[in-house]
Order: sequence, then C-alpha cells, then structure tokens
Amino acid sequence: MSLLSVRELSVKFAMRDETVTALDQISFDLGKGERLGIVGESGAGKSITGFALMNLISQPGYIDSGSVTFEGKDIANLPEAGMRHVRGNRMAMIFQDPMVTLNPVLTIGQQMVETLFAHRKLSRAEAKQIAIVKLREVFIPSPEERLNQYPHELSGGMRQRIIIAIALLLDPQLIIADEPTTALDVTIQADIMELLLELCQSNKVGLILITHDLGVVSQMTQRTLVMYAGRIIEAGPTREIINDPQHPYTQGLINALPQQTPPGQRLKQIPGNMPSLTDMPPGCPFSPRCEYATDQCRTTLPDMVRYGDVEVACHEVARLQSGPTQEKSA
Amino acid sequence: MKDMMATEPLVELKRLSKQFDLDRGFLETVRFRGGKFSLEQRSVHAVNGVTLTVNRGEALCVVGESGCGKSTVARLVAGLLAPTTGEIHYDGARIDTLSRGAMLPLRKKMQMIFQNPYASLNPRMTIQQALEEPVRHHNRGLSRQDVQDKVAEVMRAVGVDASWSKRYPHEFSGGQRQRIAIARALTVDPEFIIADEPISALDVSIQAQVLNLMLDAREQRGLTYLFITHDLSVVQHFGTRVVVLYLGSICEVADTGTLFAAPKHPYTKALLSAVPQLKDDKPNHIRLKGEIPTPINLPPGCPFQSRCAYANDRCSVDQPMPMHQPDGAIVACHAVEEGRLGE
Repeated sequence: MSLLSVRELSVKFAMRDETVTALDQISFDLGKGERLGIVGESGAGKSITGFALMNLISQPGYIDSGSVTFEGKDIANLPEAGMRHVRGNRMAMIFQDPMVTLNPVLTIGQQMVETLFAHRKLSRAEAKQIAIVKLREVFIPSPEERLNQYPHELSGGMRQRIIIAIALLLDPQLIIADEPTTALDVTIQADIMELLLELCQSNKVGLILITHDLGVVSQMTQRTLVMYAGRIIEAGPTREIINDPQHPYTQGLINALPQQTPPGQRLKQIPGNMPSLTDMPPGCPFSPRCEYATDQCRTTLPDMVRYGDVEVACHEVARLQSGPTQEKSA
Repeated sequence: MKDMMATEPLVELKRLSKQFDLDRGFLETVRFRGGKFSLEQRSVHAVNGVTLTVNRGEALCVVGESGCGKSTVARLVAGLLAPTTGEIHYDGARIDTLSRGAMLPLRKKMQMIFQNPYASLNPRMTIQQALEEPVRHHNRGLSRQDVQDKVAEVMRAVGVDASWSKRYPHEFSGGQRQRIAIARALTVDPEFIIADEPISALDVSIQAQVLNLMLDAREQRGLTYLFITHDLSVVQHFGTRVVVLYLGSICEVADTGTLFAAPKHPYTKALLSAVPQLKDDKPNHIRLKGEIPTPINLPPGCPFQSRCAYANDRCSVDQPMPMHQPDGAIVACHAVEEGRLGE
C-alpha cells in the first residue's frame, strides 16, 4: 500500500464574480520512503498542491473534490481536530523562507519543545533532550546553546537546518518541502539538499520536493511530476523525464535552460506566458504556446495516458505513440 | 563572434573600496567596556580594493553569493553610490569625482537594469510615459514626434507591443515588465548597460526570453554589459569574462571558457560544484566549512581563509594579491601561488 494516494484532487478559489480552478483533478501516489519532485513555473499550482496535502488551504480557497489518502485515512475531508494529529506529527512541511516560518519572539528551544508537547506526553527535560538530538542530526554546532537563541541570531542556512530539525522532531512519514533552498545561496543550498537527502534515506521518510529548479529535482528525487496551469502534464521516473521529456512543455522547460545551448547563442525560449487562472484557454492549457498544437488541442483537454513508465497529457504524444506500435493502456 | 574588437577598456575600476558606517554620529561610536569608555567605529566593508577593467563589447559577469558586494560594485559604477577610496574611469576619464551636472551626459551612455521589475517601474506612469521620460530628459531639443518615434522604434526592437503603451505596469507579468525596463534603458541609446540580477526574479521559460533579448541587443547595438548575477549557468551562457567576488574581494577573473573548464581558486571550485546539474543523480559538491563571515570589521589575511580547506598561517595574516596564471586567468590565492592545491 502506498503512503500517500491523491485522487482527482481539485482546489478552487471563490472570487467575487467567479470561481477559479487552481488545481484541476490531480492524481498521484507516493510509496513509503519515496522521493517525489514537483516542478513547474510560478502559478502552475505546485505550492497549492503542497498546501492541499497538508489541508492548509484557507479562505477563499477550498478543496472542491477528490481525496488524499495518507496512511490509509482520507485526510482531505478530515475535521480540523483530526488533522492536527496528522499535521506536524505524521507529515511535516518545510517552507521557502525560514525567517517567516520561525516565530521571531520565541527561542529555538521553546519552538521545538512546543511542537513536541503538542503531540507527545513528555517531561520538559525529555523534550529538550529530543530537541538536542535532532539539532545534532542536522549538524548544528553546540545545540545546547542554540536552544536559548532567537531566530534572528542565526544565519539563513542555520535557520533552514533548524526548520528541518523541527520537521523531523516527531519522526514523520512524509516531508513536504516547498522551495526549501530558494532563499539561500548555492553553496548553502547544496549543503541543505545533501542533508535533506541523507535524512530521508536513513529514516525512510517520504519526500515531496516542490521546486522550479530541474537540477535540484534531478539530484534529489526518484520520480517527478511536471505541472502546468494547475494540472499534472507529465509524470514518471526523474531520469526518464529529464533525459527524454515527452510533453512539449517539459521539453521547452529543459531546453530553455542556459546549459542546454552553446554559450553565446540564443536560448530556445518558450513563447508567451502561462495563462492566468481566470482566463484559461479551451482545450489543452499549453496549446497557445505549443508549436505542435492542432485544432484538437485547441478544443479538447488531453487526458493523462501511460506509455511505459511515464504518463503524459498531450494529444501530440498520443498521435506519435499510436502510430506504428499501437501501444495503449490506461 | 567572441572578441570582435581588440581589448579597448571602457570602464576601469582602480582599487575601489566602499564602506558603510554602521555607527553614524559621535554618540553611537561611544562604547562602554571594562569600566572604560572608548570610541569604536564599526563599518561594513562591502567592497575592498577591487581593480577591474570592462573592455568595450564584452559581457563581464560578476558572480558571488549574497553579501559579497556584487550589487555595491554595480551601484558604484553607475554612480548611485560614492566610493570610499579608489577611482572609476569611463572611457579614459575619471568619473567618480564628477558633479551631478557633469555626470548627466554620461548617464545617457550608461544605463542600469534592476532585479525587481515590480519596483523599477513607476506604478502611476503608463508604459508610454515611462519610456518617453528618459528620452526627453536626455534630449531636451527633440520634438514630440521625434520622441514618439524613438520610443516606437525601441518598443519594436524589444518586442514591447504597441498596444501596451496606454497601460500601467501592474497589468503586466514579471517577464513583460522586465522587457519594458530593458526598453526603457535602451531608449537613450546607451553603450554600457549595468544589469543587476535582471532575470533572477523570473521563471525559467521567461528567463530565456529576457536573456535572448539582452543577447540580441548586444549584437545589434554593440553594447557592453556589466552583468551581476548569482546564477552560474547564466554566466556560462551569457558572459565573455567572469569575476568571482567573495566578501568584497576578487578571488578570480578569467574568460568564461577558462573559468568553467579550469577553475583555480578554492572558492570558485566550490561555487561551481554547488550548481545542481541535470545529469547529476545525487548531490556532489565540495563542502565548505561554516558560512560566509560578516563583512563588519574584516579580519586580516585572505577573506576566504575561515572556510578554505587549504588555509595555512600565511593565509591568516597576508591578503593574497591577484596573480596572472599561464592561461590568462587572474587568481588571488596563496595556495594557488605556492602550488599547494596539488592537481
């Protein structure tokens, strides 16, 4: 049984005169200890996916339909009291900006002990001991002293390490990391990513890594979902998606990276912008920017179809695949 | 297409330093320590003795991590900050001592593009007004029609649609705004563009559009760029030469090809290894000890010594001087000079 199973999850936002669909029927599974990357550009729905899994979508947004089954329980429709046992305890989230995540008026120790008390019956001394062990796991020097420090006394890299330690406090089964290193420098990013990878591997923790950086996804994850305008458009093993992308958007995204073009030459850009959620084109949302788009693409939405190990939502790929080999399966 | 012109220096920085005083005024400098009052001035040493030449027609990239002084260098060159010591020369003439009025004709020649296109466009001006303003300011004699023609020509060149001109900045996406900001810089026909992280706030597919636009502009208008960025893959693509800064000092200067093929300074090596590559299936980078120290009251010696695996006694007392290497790179490192890095 998989650790997490998401089925046709839709998230909508109620605006004054209309309702926009931020997440449109996404489905995926995550095995125990598996590492999954979610890539896409801003507005693709990556972060909304993370928030929806944690049941943290707030007004005016709401989960419209679909289910999120975590450890055999549907948590998408769980009341808030039940969700509090899951959130932070069985699944934890790491956000982009460590300064916003940590409470500036509480010491590191108070914040860690508070988290432990919320879920476990412990004495203060025991809680402190667990906190010190976890801080040591993320290579924080002299953890006993750090417990009495405030977030502003620490550097950005150190703060993000502490947040990882807090996320791991209650030995969760799943960590959702939303752009955890975007605010950090490259050398610090590399350290944090390596740490996160080692901790997930040694503790058999599942990881959902939300990022816009395909290089990071390549280093960190086993499987990848590519999102565009609130939908998953390609899913499969990370290596296969990066080495042999099928969807024209995924191809465009990879080809647009400066590494993919010889120095000094023009980059292969994707024309246009991602459509706004209030102004979605009919048919495939990528069709206005796609060089392969046909009339079919402009009128009907492509379904996710499995080809070997990867799933792709694209009419053009379907046409190519159904040509000589006639290979089709749901 | 590389180095079409012989190396003719356009901008020269000579031992340029910039300090920002943290304690302003007499009272803030008074300290009480060990029963005694003393005076102590703390300052942030943002840029320390940077000597650098930007040659005509090149795209010189300055890379480094946050706090290394790369944006301060850009602002010093643009004349937005005054250097504490050192000189800036433009086309052979010293410019850092010029008055505002004397600087005006030069401002037409050098334009700046900023990181955040949400902050660099006036929200109350339409695109047409925003683009016309610099043309009018720098060419007082031009007729209304000439100004409009100039703006229309630049808009066409950078792909700003004519239908955008009556609209306001908030109606555009980040990529479109950056395009408008570039158009605004190009309306006065500059020869030198200082771009401070121009694509860092943009998505990958939009980054490619803006970078292409800047490459086209370089080719068509023969522009010279000083390009500030932290993104090394962009540097590899866009830059002809690269300067690596660490804590306000130059570590290494080299042609882009040389730097990426054979990085020499230990910091450059670590920085290059930390960039996640598509072909990697696990993180493999050179780990540095600790984190960037604060630039307040820097210790003597090499700025990188606290994180360097090769640091020895000499590194903690003696600041390394930039030395020419056989392949044309300039490296400031005792370990490289003494051949201690092995290889």
